[in-house]
Amino acid sequence: MEDEVRVSIESDADLVSARAEGRAMAERLGFPRPDPTLIATAISEIARNIVVHVGRGEIILRPLDEDRRYGLLVIACDQGSGIRDVDGALRAEYSGRGGLGLGLPGARRLMDEFEIESDADGTTVTMKKWRLRDELAGLREERRRRG
Amino acid sequence: MSVAILRQGEYLIASIQSDLSDSEVIELRNELAELVGRHRARGIVIDVSALEVIDSFVARSLRAIVLTAKLRGASTVIVGIQPDVAIAMVQFRLNLAPLRVALDLDAATTLLDRLTRGDAEDGG
Repeated sequence: MEDEVRVSIESDADLVSARAEGRAMAERLGFPRPDPTLIATAISEIARNIVVHVGRGEIILRPLDEDRRYGLLVIACDQGSGIRDVDGALRAEYSGRGGLGLGLPGARRLMDEFEIESDADGTTVTMKKWRLRDELAGLREERRRRG
Repeated sequence: MSVAILRQGEYLIASIQSDLSDSEVIELRNELAELVGRHRARGIVIDVSALEVIDSFVARSLRAIVLTAKLRGASTVIVGIQPDVAIAMVQFRLNLAPLRVALDLDAATTLLDRLTRGDAEDGG
């Protein structure tokens, strides 16, 4: 299993690399369409939150290999002053500074798991996408048949 | 900027060549607003097939381009939204209300012909 990829986020141009890296890793991990695009879109949103609200931070992409499933973990972290109203930020109607209120709830809908930890020392968004189990089972079955 | 903007009769064809940064999207909006006046364009086609991602910012910017162009007297049609991108946009629940879309360039110019003909008959 490959190692993690880190993309430092300092300007809007870094969003382009962050989503390209996310898509590339999702494709390498065998995610079926349209998952690589969903993952890249979610990464784009949370990376933009860093650029707009904090200025700098980091996106970490890490393959997940659990007992019966593969996945991709995305961590977005910054050392900003935190999100004052996390629940509010996750509601679609909320619009924080920069009017990006849609970003977090949208990203959450694109991923399987989504968590935010935020305090005065910074914010960490953790998102996971899992490769479908039935697809995995199909691949295993195929491999077994080929011997 | 990685967008080629061509003129075809009364229309501007903006063909995005690669994934764009946010600043490049803003730049595209400004350039199109300017070019509509310079070329007296009545329609704009934006080919987004090279965009890997249409997230909330890009969707909002496309809406801004459409509305800005409208104030400058031009109708806009978006073409080439990739299938996976379309699926992501729906799952994201992006609001696409003011966007007119077409599958390809031919369909877009046909749609623009229809949209701009009405105005022309009114003497515009």
